[in-house]
Amino acid sequence: MHRLNHTLRLGLKELTSLRHDSVLLLFLLYAFSVAIYMPAAGSVIGVHNASVAVIDEDHSHVSRKLGEALQPPEFQAAVALPYDQLDAAMDSGLYTFVINIPANFQSDLLAGRSPELQVNVDATAMSQAFMGAGYIGRIFERELLDYANQGSALLTARALFNPNLEGGWFLAVIQIVNNITILAIILTGTALLREREHGTLDHLLVLPLTALEIMLAKIASNALVVVLCTWVSLEVVVKGLLGVPLAGSLGLFLAATALYLFASTALGIFLATLARSTPQFGLLAIPVIIPMLLLSGGSTPLDSMPQWLQWVMQLSPSTHFVSLSAAILFRDAGVSVVWPDLLALAAIGLAFFAIALARFRRSLTS
Amino acid sequence: MTAPALKASGLCHRYGTLEALRDIAFELPPGTRCGLIGPDGAGKSSLLGLIAGVKKLQAGELEVLGGSIRQRRHRNSLYPRIAFMPQGLGGNLYAELSISENIRFFATLFGLSRAECEQRMHALLIATDLERFAERPAGKLSGGMKQKLGLCCALIHEPDLLILDEPTTGVDPLSRRRFWELVEQVRGERPQLTLLVATAYMEEAEQFEHCLMLDRGTLIAAGLSHELAGVTASGKLDEAFTHFQGDRTHDAQPLQIPPRTLGDGEIAIEAHELTLRFGDFTAVNKVSFAIGRGEIFGFLGSNGCGKTTTMKVLTGLMPATEGSAKLLGRPVNAKDLATRKRVGFMSQSFSLYGELSVRQNLELHARLFDLPKADSGPRIAELIERFDLGEIADQQSGGLPLGLRQRLSLAVAVLHRPEVLILDEPTSGVDPAARDDFWRLLIELSRDQGVTIFLSTHFMNEALRCDRISLMHAGKVLACDTPAALQRQFEGDTLEDAFVRCLEQAQGTAEPKPPLWEPALPEMVPLIAGKASSHKDNPRPQGTGFSFVRLFAVATREGKELLRDKVRLAFALLGALFMMVIFGYGISLDVENLAFAVYDQDQSPQSRTYLEAFRGSRYFAEQAPVRDARQMHQRLQRSEIKLALEIPPGFGRDLYAGRQPIVAAWLDGGMPFRAETSRNYVEAVHQANLEQLATLSSPAQARQTPVKLETRFRYNQDVVSVNAIGPGVMALILAFIPAMLTALGIVREKELGSITNFYATPLTRLEFLLGKQAPYLAVSLVNLALLVAMNRWLFGVPFKGSPLALACGGVLYLLATTSLGLLISAFTRTQIAAILGTMILTSLPTIQFSGLIVPRSSLDGSAALMGQLFPAGYFLDIAVGTFTKALSLRELWPQCLALLGFFLGFTGLSLVMLKKQEA
Repeated sequence: MHRLNHTLRLGLKELTSLRHDSVLLLFLLYAFSVAIYMPAAGSVIGVHNASVAVIDEDHSHVSRKLGEALQPPEFQAAVALPYDQLDAAMDSGLYTFVINIPANFQSDLLAGRSPELQVNVDATAMSQAFMGAGYIGRIFERELLDYANQGSALLTARALFNPNLEGGWFLAVIQIVNNITILAIILTGTALLREREHGTLDHLLVLPLTALEIMLAKIASNALVVVLCTWVSLEVVVKGLLGVPLAGSLGLFLAATALYLFASTALGIFLATLARSTPQFGLLAIPVIIPMLLLSGGSTPLDSMPQWLQWVMQLSPSTHFVSLSAAILFRDAGVSVVWPDLLALAAIGLAFFAIALARFRRSLTS
Repeated sequence: MTAPALKASGLCHRYGTLEALRDIAFELPPGTRCGLIGPDGAGKSSLLGLIAGVKKLQAGELEVLGGSIRQRRHRNSLYPRIAFMPQGLGGNLYAELSISENIRFFATLFGLSRAECEQRMHALLIATDLERFAERPAGKLSGGMKQKLGLCCALIHEPDLLILDEPTTGVDPLSRRRFWELVEQVRGERPQLTLLVATAYMEEAEQFEHCLMLDRGTLIAAGLSHELAGVTASGKLDEAFTHFQGDRTHDAQPLQIPPRTLGDGEIAIEAHELTLRFGDFTAVNKVSFAIGRGEIFGFLGSNGCGKTTTMKVLTGLMPATEGSAKLLGRPVNAKDLATRKRVGFMSQSFSLYGELSVRQNLELHARLFDLPKADSGPRIAELIERFDLGEIADQQSGGLPLGLRQRLSLAVAVLHRPEVLILDEPTSGVDPAARDDFWRLLIELSRDQGVTIFLSTHFMNEALRCDRISLMHAGKVLACDTPAALQRQFEGDTLEDAFVRCLEQAQGTAEPKPPLWEPALPEMVPLIAGKASSHKDNPRPQGTGFSFVRLFAVATREGKELLRDKVRLAFALLGALFMMVIFGYGISLDVENLAFAVYDQDQSPQSRTYLEAFRGSRYFAEQAPVRDARQMHQRLQRSEIKLALEIPPGFGRDLYAGRQPIVAAWLDGGMPFRAETSRNYVEAVHQANLEQLATLSSPAQARQTPVKLETRFRYNQDVVSVNAIGPGVMALILAFIPAMLTALGIVREKELGSITNFYATPLTRLEFLLGKQAPYLAVSLVNLALLVAMNRWLFGVPFKGSPLALACGGVLYLLATTSLGLLISAFTRTQIAAILGTMILTSLPTIQFSGLIVPRSSLDGSAALMGQLFPAGYFLDIAVGTFTKALSLRELWPQCLALLGFFLGFTGLSLVMLKKQEA
C-alpha cells in the first residue's frame, strides 16, 4: 500500500517536472501532430511522381503514344531529350527513368521484328527504381497489345486491409510508433540521469524508498503521458485530419502501447545506468533508437534482412510493436492473433527491467 | 576625487511578479572595500549580477567604472575589468577539467599570456593551498575547495572591480583566513581595485570600510561600516542591521544551551575503524567515534578532509571499504528501509526538486516518509512557519537563493521527526539570524526529544554549541572532545585558533614540506609579473571584437572535456560504425522469400504449371496451401503469409478455350510498401509465365513477344542494395551523431551553471558558438572518414566521383549538422528537451524526406518542403553522386552551396537565440 503510494507520489512529481519544461512540451506537441501528419499526407509508397525523359529517335505514332502513356500520379509528364544528353541527364539525377526509343521502332514493330526498347533506370533511387521499371514495362506492354496477340490469363492483384495500398495510412501509424520509441527511451533515461547529475537521486536513495519504487514511478508517469498523447493523436490526427479508417480496436492498441512503453522505458533506464552523464546517454541512445526505427519492419521489410539481423531484431521491442500495430489497426486482429507479440513484449520488458533494477544502485556508487 | 566606481539610482529588478530589488540607490568610491549583507532572499545576488553585467538591467540607472552598464559598448569594455565569482559551490567550474586547466581557461579568456598566467596561477594556488591538487579534476574537489578554485579563476586577470557572492561559504576557517590575505595582497598590488562582497559572516563585513544592507529588496542602510555599526551600543554590524530593519526584528534572545539531561549512555551512531578508498586515494582513514543518543556532535575539518564521505558511508550511500558503522544499534545497510525512516539526512549541495515549489517538496517528502495525512498538513505548516518560508511557499524552489534552499532542505530533513539527523554543512550560506533560529530547533530536538544530531560546520560559533566536536584532517580524526577541552588542549584563545593550531600540527607531521601552513608566511609570492605600472603604460589588447585566442580557448576546453570522456568519444565513433554495419546489411528494399500460399481451386496440370513459376522464384517462399477462403483471410491477418494466389475453378479449361481465366493475388495491404513490391514481383513472374502458358493453351493463341524490353539499371548495375543504401546511410548517421554531440553543448552549461562564465567574460557569442563547434566538428570528420572507408572497403561500394566534392560536401554537411545541434542547444532550457528535440527534429526529415528510401523528386507539397529545409537530402545527393555516379563539384556545387547556407542560417539563428546577459 505504502509502496503504491510512494510510486504514485514520485510519478506525480515527474509529471510536474514535465509540465514546467515548456520547450519539451512543444516538442511533444510537434511529435504527435505535425510529425505524424506531414509524412502521411505528403509521401507515398510505391511509384509516385517519378521523373521520366524520353529519347525519341523514331518520331512515329507509336513512339509518341508510348511517351504519353506514362501519366501522373505515378509519373511526371515525360520530357523529350536528345540522345547525346542521355549520360548527362542521368548523372544530374534529374530523371529516374530515361526511355530510349530507337529509330524505325514502329516499322519494325509492325513487321513483327521485335524491336528493342531501352529503359535506363537510376538504380540509386532505391524504392522507385525497381518498382518503376516494372510499372513502365507493364504499361508499355498494355499499350502495345494492339500490335500483338492478347495474353492468355489475367492477373488481378487485390490488397486486403488497405485496398488502395495507401501509404499514408501506414506511415501515420509507423510515425506514431517511432515517436513513442523516441519518447519512451529518452524521457525516462534522461530523467534518471538528470536526477543523478543534480544529486537528487542520492537524496532519494537515503529516503525509505526502494529502487523498484523509483523506477516504477518513472515508467508509469512517462507511460501515462505517452499513451495519452498517442490516443489523442490517433483520434485527432490519424482518424480526423488524415481520415484513415482504423479497422481495429483502439483499446487493444492502447493496451499494447502501454505494454510497449513498459518494455521501452525499461530499456531507457537500462541505457541510463550504462551512461555516466547526459551527453553520454544522448550518444548511446542514437545507435539504439535509430535501428529500432529503421529496422523493425516499419520502414523497410523485415523479410529481406539477413537472417542473423532478423533474429537480432526480434530482441527489439519495436519489432513486435510494429507487427502488433499493423495487425490490430489495419487487419482488425484480436488478442487471439497477436498474443505471441504481446508475450514477447512482456518478456523483453521484464528482462530489461530486471537488468536495470540490478544495476540501479550499483551504477550510483561506482 | 575621482568618479565613483559604482553609482546606482532607482534600480529595480523583478522576476515575473516577484520584486527582487526596489529603488536601490548608492555610490561607492573606487579603491574601497564594501560588504553587502542581508538575510537570504534579500536580493544580494540579483544586485551583484546586475553590477557584473551578468543580468540584464530592467529599470533604473547603474554606472559601473565610469559608464552606464546599459550601454553595450561600455559593457564590452568592462568584461576585462570586472571579476565576478557567482554564488554556489563551484557551479561555474568545469568538472572534467583539472584545477590548473580551469584557471588557464579563464586566463586565456581574459587575454593573459602564458607566462603571466603560470606565474599568477602559481601564486594563487599557493595562497589557497590548492597547489597539491593542481591536477585533480574540479568535479572531484570538496565543496570548499571548489569555492577556492572559483576565487582563483576570478582573480586570474587584473580586475578593477572584484565582485564576490558569498565566496567563503563552505570554506574552512584556515582557508578563509588565507583567502582574505590573498584578496588583500591583490589589493596591495592594485590600489584602484574596488571590492564588493556579499557575505553571511558579519566578522568579514566588519573588516570592510563600506557596508550595504539589503532587506527584502530594499537598501535599508548604506555607508561607512563603523558609522552604521555605531547606531547600537555594541557597535556590531549584525545588531545594527536588526536596528535598521525596524519592526521586522528577529528574536534577539541570545541562544541558551541547556545541559544534556537525557544522556542515558545509549549509543546512536557508531563508527569503528571506518575506511573508504577510491582507488589508491584514502578518503576516510580508520575513523572511529561513538555518538550518544541526544548528543549534538560536530564535525570540523579542512575542505576535502573526508567529512562528507564519512557521512555518506553512515547513510549507506557509499559502502565502506573496511571497518563497520552502526546506526541506532543496527549495522548500516542500504536495504534497511526501517532504519532509513528514523534518520534525516541533508547533503551539502541542494538535492531537492528545483522544479517543485517549496510546499510541493515538503508534501512529496511527507508522502514518501508515510506521514499520516492528518498529521502531515499541520506538520508542513509548522515547518514553513518555523523556517520562515511562508512568503515563498509556492515558488519553484530551484530559483530560490542559496540560503532559502538550505532552509528548505533542513525542513525536509526534520519533517518526519527522525531520531537521528545527519547534516552536512546545513547552515552554509544561511544568514546569521536564520542560523540561530535553526540552532534553537536543533537544541530543542536534542534536549527535549533526545534526537541525535551529527553535523559538519565551518562556523566556529556553531562548533562551540556542540556537545562534542571532532577535528578531521586528510581522512583522519585528529582530536575529539568538548569544545572547551579542545581549546585547552591546543592552547588557543578561541576555538578557531585551537583548530588552526591542531591542523598545523597535523600538517607538520603528516607532510614533509609544510611552508604554506606556517603561521606567518615568510614571503608572499607576487601576483603580478614585473612592475604593476608597466601594464598601465602598455595595456593588454582588450578586444571587444572577435578573437581567435578566445575561440581557441573555448575549443580547447570543450575538446579536452570530450577527450577525457572516453566513453562519449567511443559511443560517437563506435555508434557510427555499428549503425553503418547494420544498415548496410539491413536496409534492403528488395523483398525476398515472401511467404505465400496457393489456393488452387482447379488442381489441373495447367494450374500447377502456372504456380511452378512462383515456387521456383527466389522472391517467394511457399507455405502450406490454403484450404478455403476463410482460412486464407485468417492466415493473411495473422501475417503468417503475405501473399495468397487464388486460382479459380476451371482455370485449365478456360485457358485452353481462350477465355482468359482470372488469377487473384491477395496481398497484405497492412504494410503498403511490401505489398507494392510484392505486387510488382507477382506481376513480373506472371508476365514471364504467360509465354509458358501460351504453349498450354490453344495453339491458335501462340504468343509472340511484340517488343524486347531492355531495362538497364545504371550506377548500380547489379542492383546491389548496399551500393545505393551505403552512401545514403552515411548522410543519415552524420545527421544524428554530430547534432547530438553539440546539442548538449550550451544547454548543459545552462543547467549546470557554468554559462555564467559566458555572461561574465569578454567571450563573444560567435566565439562561444564556433569554439563549441570546433571539437565536435573534428570528431565528426573522423566519423566521416571512417564511414567512407567502410563503404569503400567493407561493403565494396565503388567510388567513381570526385573525392574533393565528397570532402567539400562532407565538411559543409558536418558544419550544418553540428550548428543545428547548437541551435537546439541555444533554444532549449533543459538537457532532456535538447536530446529529445534533436532526435525528433532530426529523425523525421532524415529518415522520411531525405531521399534515403523515397527519392526526393517523388515527394509532394509539405513533405517535399521538409526535405528541402533539412540538410540531409543535399548531402545524400553528394554522397550518392560521388560514390556511384562519378560526379564532381561542377555538378554538385548547388548542393554544397545549400549546405553552406544551412550552416550560416543555423549559426545566425543561434546568435539570435543566445543571450549575452541573463534575463
